[in-house]
Order: sequence, then C-alpha cells, then structure tokens
Amino acid sequence: MKSAMRWMQKTAVAATIAAFGVSGSYAQTPSGEPIKVGILHSLSGTMAISETTLKDAMLMLIDEQNKKGGVLGRPLEAVVVDPASDWPLFAEKARELISQNDVAAVFGCWTSVSRKSVLPVFKELNSILFYPVQYEGEESERNVFYTGAAPNQQAIPAVDYLMNEGVERWVLEGTDYVYPRTTNKVLEQYLKDKGVAAEDIIVNYTPFGFSDWQTEVSRIKEFGSAGKKTAVVSTVNGDANVPFYKELANQGVAATDIPVVAFSVGEEELAGIDTAPLVGHLAAWNYFQSVDTPENADFIAKWHAFIGNEDRVTNDPMEAHYIGFNMWVKAVEKAGTTDADAVIDALPGIEQANLTGGMSKMLPNHHITKPVLIGEINDEGQFDVVSETEDLVPGDAWSDFLPESKKLEADWVELKCGNYDTEAKKCLGDAATSN
Amino acid sequence: MNRSIPWLFLSLAVLLFGLGPAAAQQAEADPAAIVQKFGGKQSFDATEAVIAELAATGDERVARALRALREGDLYWRESDEAVFIATRKGSDYEIFDPLTGVSAGTVPSGDLQKVRVKNSIRNAVTGALGTLTLRAENPAQRMRAASTLFSEADPEMIGPLDAAIAAEEDSAVKARMEEARASAVLASDLAAEEKAAAAKVLAGRADREALTMLIRFAGATDDPVAKQAAEAAIVAIQNNIAFWNQMQNVWYGLSLGSVLLLAAIGLAITFGVMGVINMAHGEMVMLGAYTTFVVQEFIRNNAPGLFEWSLTIALPLAFLVSGAVGLVMERGLIRFLYGRPLETLLATFGVSLILQQAVRTIFGPSNRQVGNPDWMSGAFDVGLMSVTWNRLWIIVFALVVFLALLAVLNKTPLGLQMRAVTQNRRMAAAMGIRTPWVDAMTFALGSGIAGIAGVALSQIDNVSPNLGQGYIIDSFMVVVFGGVGNLWGTLVGAMTLGIVNKFLEPFAGAVLGKIVVLVLIILFIQKRPRGLFAQKGRFVDA
Repeated sequence: MKSAMRWMQKTAVAATIAAFGVSGSYAQTPSGEPIKVGILHSLSGTMAISETTLKDAMLMLIDEQNKKGGVLGRPLEAVVVDPASDWPLFAEKARELISQNDVAAVFGCWTSVSRKSVLPVFKELNSILFYPVQYEGEESERNVFYTGAAPNQQAIPAVDYLMNEGVERWVLEGTDYVYPRTTNKVLEQYLKDKGVAAEDIIVNYTPFGFSDWQTEVSRIKEFGSAGKKTAVVSTVNGDANVPFYKELANQGVAATDIPVVAFSVGEEELAGIDTAPLVGHLAAWNYFQSVDTPENADFIAKWHAFIGNEDRVTNDPMEAHYIGFNMWVKAVEKAGTTDADAVIDALPGIEQANLTGGMSKMLPNHHITKPVLIGEINDEGQFDVVSETEDLVPGDAWSDFLPESKKLEADWVELKCGNYDTEAKKCLGDAATSN
Repeated sequence: MNRSIPWLFLSLAVLLFGLGPAAAQQAEADPAAIVQKFGGKQSFDATEAVIAELAATGDERVARALRALREGDLYWRESDEAVFIATRKGSDYEIFDPLTGVSAGTVPSGDLQKVRVKNSIRNAVTGALGTLTLRAENPAQRMRAASTLFSEADPEMIGPLDAAIAAEEDSAVKARMEEARASAVLASDLAAEEKAAAAKVLAGRADREALTMLIRFAGATDDPVAKQAAEAAIVAIQNNIAFWNQMQNVWYGLSLGSVLLLAAIGLAITFGVMGVINMAHGEMVMLGAYTTFVVQEFIRNNAPGLFEWSLTIALPLAFLVSGAVGLVMERGLIRFLYGRPLETLLATFGVSLILQQAVRTIFGPSNRQVGNPDWMSGAFDVGLMSVTWNRLWIIVFALVVFLALLAVLNKTPLGLQMRAVTQNRRMAAAMGIRTPWVDAMTFALGSGIAGIAGVALSQIDNVSPNLGQGYIIDSFMVVVFGGVGNLWGTLVGAMTLGIVNKFLEPFAGAVLGKIVVLVLIILFIQKRPRGLFAQKGRFVDA
C-alpha cells in the first residue's frame, strides 16, 4: 500500500541520517557531551493531527544544526515525549524533560490550555519554552518565548483588510475555549472602536470537534442577507473546520458573497478537504508555503527530503519553530553557555531571517516581529497572498484594545517584568497573572 | 513575499504608462486590445479598471475572457505579456485566444503567469457579466444576470431590463427580471404608484433579500401609498420567513437525528441486544470511514470512471472490515468477559485506543480526504429552506439501514436465534442453538453496521483517527434514552434528540444546547430508568 511505502521511505531516510550521524562524515564534527533539546508535542490524541508535524520539523532542524557542527561545538540531541493531548500530562512531561533529561530548552505546546498548564513548571525549574503557535496574547512570561503571532500580528490586520474590502457586518465564529474567546473579545472591542454598530456583530461559539454546522451556516446566511457586505471571522479550531467548510460549500455560501477569514486554518488543515468550493476564503498568517523566496524554497526542499514525501505541506507554526530554534542557537552561541538565565538574557535583540524574506527580531517582551500575510485559498489547497504588511509587525503581549490590559507593558530587559502597570508604575507580578 | 514593494512600483508604472494609450484607444474601444492590458504584473486596482473598460465596450465576446478571469484561468505569457486562457494539459498548458477561444498551441507551465484575482475582482467580473449577459442566448446565463442585477438594485438598469423583459420568452427568467426591475425601481426616483407596484412584486418573492430592500425602502420613503404597500409586504414576508424557519429546524433536526441513528444503530445491537458495553464502537465507525477512503484512493488511481460508485462499492467492504474486526474482538476478548460489565468496559476502551493508534500509524494523524460524489454535493431550495443533497441521502440511508436491520432481526433464522439467546440463554442452548456462535455473529453484525455508518459519516465529518470518539457518547445516549434492547426506541430516541437539539440551538447556542439536552436526558432517565421503550416481561433482568 502507498502509505506503507511512504513509511518505509521515511524509515530509510531516518536510518541514512542516523548512519551518517554516527560515522561523522562532516567537516566540523560536533563532539563532547550532547546538548539536549526537549520536544513537547502531542503524538496521539486530538491534537496529534497538528502537533506531530511540528515534532518532525524540530527533528529536521536539530539534524540540520548537527550537520552544521552543532552548538558550541557540541552535538544536539532531541528528547521527544508524548503528552497525548492531555493538558495535565503536558505539565508532567515538561517536568520529566527538565529535571530528569536535563534539557537546555523545550520547544512545544499547541493549545493555549497546554501552555498554561506547563507555565508553573517552567517557572519553578527555571527553563526555557519556545511556543510556536498564534495565540490570544495577554501573557508574557520570563521563561517563555512566543514565536507565533499575537492578536495584533494576525487578527487585527485581517479585520483591517476586510474593512478595506467593504465589509460592514461581522460574524465572529469560534470554538469554545480560551483563544477564540479572548481573540473575539479583542476583535469586538476593535470593531466597535472603528464604528461598527453592535447589531452588525454576532459572536457564536461551538464545542470542540463540532460537526453539525447546518444551523450555524444558515444563521450566517441569514445574517449576511441584510444588504450589507458580511464576513465571517473564524477562530474555529482543529477538526471542526472540515465539516464547517463542507457545510458552507454545500449551502452555497461563496467567498464572493460571505468570505470566511480563518486564524487556525493552514495548509495542513486544507489537506483534508477538496478546496474547489472554498476558493476565495481567506486565512491570515505570518507565513504561507506558496511564498516565493529562496529561503522558503530551500526550507520546503529540505522538509520534503527529510520526511520523504513530496505531498507534505509546510505551515506557519513550522516557520515559527524554524525562527525560534535558530534564535535559540544564536543566543546560546552569544551567551557561550546553555544556562537558562544567560540564554534568557541573551535572546532579546537576536535577529533571524524568516522564510518570507524579512528579518525577525526577538523583542524585550519575548514576542517577535513578523510580517502579516492575508491569503486566499486556491484550488490546489494552497494560499495566494492578496495582501501583506509593508513592515514587520512587532508582537504586542497586552492588547491595546482591552481596557484592562491597555495600560500593561511587558519588558524583560529594562523593567524585568511581564505585566508592568504604566499608570501605577509598578510590576503586578504573579498575583495578577495567575487568574 | 517581499516582492510587494517592487510590485507597487511596477503597477504604478503600468498604470502611468497604461493609462496614456488607454485614453487614445477609448475611441475605438477594441476589446482585443483592452484584454491585453491584463498582461504584466498588475495591481488589483489596475485589473479592476480593465474589467470596467471591457464591460463598457458592450461587446459580448469579452464575457469569455471575464469568465476565465473569475475562474482563475486567465494567464499572461512572460516573454511578451500576451494574455491567454489556459488549461492544464499534463505538465504543459494549452492556450486559447481570450476573446475567440481559438487554440493557440501549448506552452510549458513555467512560461505563464496567472492574472491575480481576489474576491472583489471576482465580484467586479460578476457585476460586469450581469450587464453583458442580460441578452445572452443561454437562459441560465440570463437568469444569473437577472439575479446579479436584483442584488445591485441600480436605477440605471431599468431601461435595459424593460427591453430584456419585452424580449424574454422563458417565464421563470422573465419573473426574475421583473423582480430585478422592481428592486431597481425602489432605489430610483420614479412615481409612488410605480414603487407601490414594485413593492408588491417583491412581496411575491418573499425571501430575506426582498425583506431587506422593503424595510430600507419603507424607512426612507415619505409617500403614504408606497409606504403602506411596503409595510403590508413586510408583514407577509416576515410571516413566511418565520414559518420556514420552523420547517428548517425540523429538517435540521431530522438530519442530525439520522446521523445519531446511524452512529447508534450498531450499538443498539452490541449494547442494546447483547448488553456488551462496547467502548470501541466508535472505532468500528472509524474503520468504515477509512475503508471508504481506501476504496476511493484505489478508484482514483486505477479506475477514475467508477468514482460516482465509490460509496456503493465501499458499503459491503466496510461491513466486512468492521464486522471482521468485531468478530475477532468477540472471539479473542469479549467472550471471556460476559457478565463482567466493568472489565468489558475497560477492555473495550483499551481496544479502542489500540485501533486508534494503529490507524494513526498506518494512515498518519492528519485528516484524509474523502470526496463527495456529484450526487451528494450541492443543495436545492424548498421554499426558503435549502436542502443539501448529502444530508437528504444520509436520512434516506439511515432509514434503509434501520429497516434492513429490523428485517434481519425479525425475519431471518439468525435474528430468531439472536432474540432467543438474549431472552433466555440456557433455554436456547437446550433447544440446540450454538449460543457462542450466535454471540459472535451478533457482535459481528453490530460492528459491521457501525462500519456501514462510517461510510455515510465520512461524507460529512473528518476522516481522522479521532472520528469515532466524537460519536461514542452520543451513541450511548441515544440507546439508553430510547430504551436498551429496542430498535424502535433507538429510532425514536435519535430523532427526538436531533430535533430537540436543533430547536434549542438557535436560542441557546450549540454549547449550551448540548448541555441542556444532556440535563433533560438525565432527568428523563431518573423518571424512566429503562428509557422511552422499556423492555417488558420476565427476561428483563436476566
């Protein structure tokens, strides 16, 4: 069978890589005790669909780095654990990585709830987490580096784009958990600030893995027939997207009438759908596989060679890991040690070329600068970029559109604080963030 | 893509250079020359300007180029920026003249660049085509043109529409054109009587779009005659919409109910009839869905012509695959655990995890694409409600499976033996029935039915290793609510839960709706612990 063939190819590739690694046929052979890097992504359970790819991407990056001579002349060694889409297990596995395996840094997590679950562990054991997924913001921790987009690097520019296209009515459709709820809170406030009337916005939530979208889609249709241009801003997560888009297509909601802009749908998610009826629906990311730069072409070629399958796609969180991993390597080289405190201090200010032709920079608030791209789905399951910000957008940890977080600022270089209250002129510290 | 800045300059240059000659050409308005302006790297604004220019020529031939642009089939050649319609032919493209459609040979794909489009460009094309194709030969095209004009409500189009209505012979198209004219009249500054008549025409259409137009008109007009006519029409339409909303809820409820029925019906055998708490039931459904995927993959690679039949071919195979897995499970595991519900629960839960991980290892963790055959795609309208074909066929299919299973239970020797064994195992054994064999067959039948359900569910849900998990709780809920051991109970239970859910959803939202349903079931089970249709008689506790 085809997939068995793929699996064999993959194993063969892995075996070759391993053989080369052992025989050490490289100019600079890393030597000495390996530096361990933790990979904390679910390989089973609901989130395996998204996270397994990131585990593979990390293995590829570590492999590449070893070919280039490792870090500080020492080889890197990946330690992979499987938190199985089980949030408390994330914390347990993180503890195992840091205290038993003694890893220098951890790359991992996807959902916000898994990140929140490991936070106390990273603070207690003072280690480093690189988090590669777009998230709702409202957080900045000393031990965490956020390489995915904050809301101002994804949601706000997407809404701006649609406003330019003449959209006046908004459906905020999301899965019922922390990321959509916070993002929609930010967006609702932003839209109202821009003069959108309350009756022109509806917010709706559905459970995880929701599959019967008939009522929701017909409500969207009804809401969109009021004579004003309507758009759907979708923070629907994971598996629920496929039935959502199928129902939209079946009920004849075309992107030219009611475009859907999604923040969680990338190339990987589209792989499960026939995209012909979805042409024109939008997604906002900081990276698309279709972006035409030499760096990206190189990255895609390496990925295909590593995974042994030309059909596998690349996506935004993979690029985030690419940037984050290279930043970590540079910071370790700069600090001359893998000691967490030294690396945390070295990271802000580090620059790394991203795959879309820009230079991303780690900011003092532990977020990075990124370009924002808006893409339309095409009939090959890829995105055509229709709009892009001129400059890289710096990630903002605390939204300027929520009254309670407007006054907060995160700065781990000067202020040494993740939630500095600019009005009261003091650091709120842990008491405020523990919720 | 950091090319946008050079692009900006380029498109500016194109605009500057392009507009000069454009002014000169305006006099002749040669569509062939204008179409060529799509060539080269253009900004979206420039493309939109070219569309307007093409539409202004009024030449019907430009419709071909515009349609190709909308579908993303319009390309320009890198060497000379000449514009063509191109279709993929292997690794090359066959190119055609954009106006006449005459073939101009084939070129390698590297030589061509797509003319970039986005939604607003597609809308501009649709608008332009609406004006152009009002007098087209194909009635479907005229119909679409009239629909576009209806939503545009442009007073300037009243003249062309009058002319088109006079010439129109197809009554359906004519009615649509009259509606388009009415919407334009409401937006114009014609006399009040004309507008009152237009309001009546829109009242006849009776859908939400007409309602929006009438509400806006009633708010803006000062004329009492027209206002009264509009308000009467608004009330009529609102009543109509309210009626169809209820119909829609019933339909959606039936549809959700049929999905629940499909998911639960296999469990009604394994849990309902045999009393095995089968936590791996969802995975049997998943195996059926993956069988469909494998069948479709095989057909795609070997016999693409059979694709429309892929689901029909997958049905028996899914039954056999899931049935065989069920048989192995029963013989290898469950038969040692009869009468020990807790151990059965844990063991089958373990099996479900093993099956999930096995599928994940073989097929990968990501979703697999299962295509809809043409007869399961799209929708048709009944009144103001759109009925999607896939949902309709799933309702039909669920009922067919239900009736077939009922027939097996009541009319076949296996069914008779199954009922005998569940009612009184020792008596059945004494009559010479091989009870272990009947157990195995019953479990295989229930699992096989779950596999068949998987074929249908692959059409509306994700085909991923987690497919089954989403249905297991709902399935148990349906079987317990309907009454354990009663197939009719499963049918009524599934439909009731579906309809209640869909009537709650518009008010309570999907999340709260589900919780309310769960609470209602708990209360119901408190009152009637044996469900809707309780088994009666001596054997109940056996």
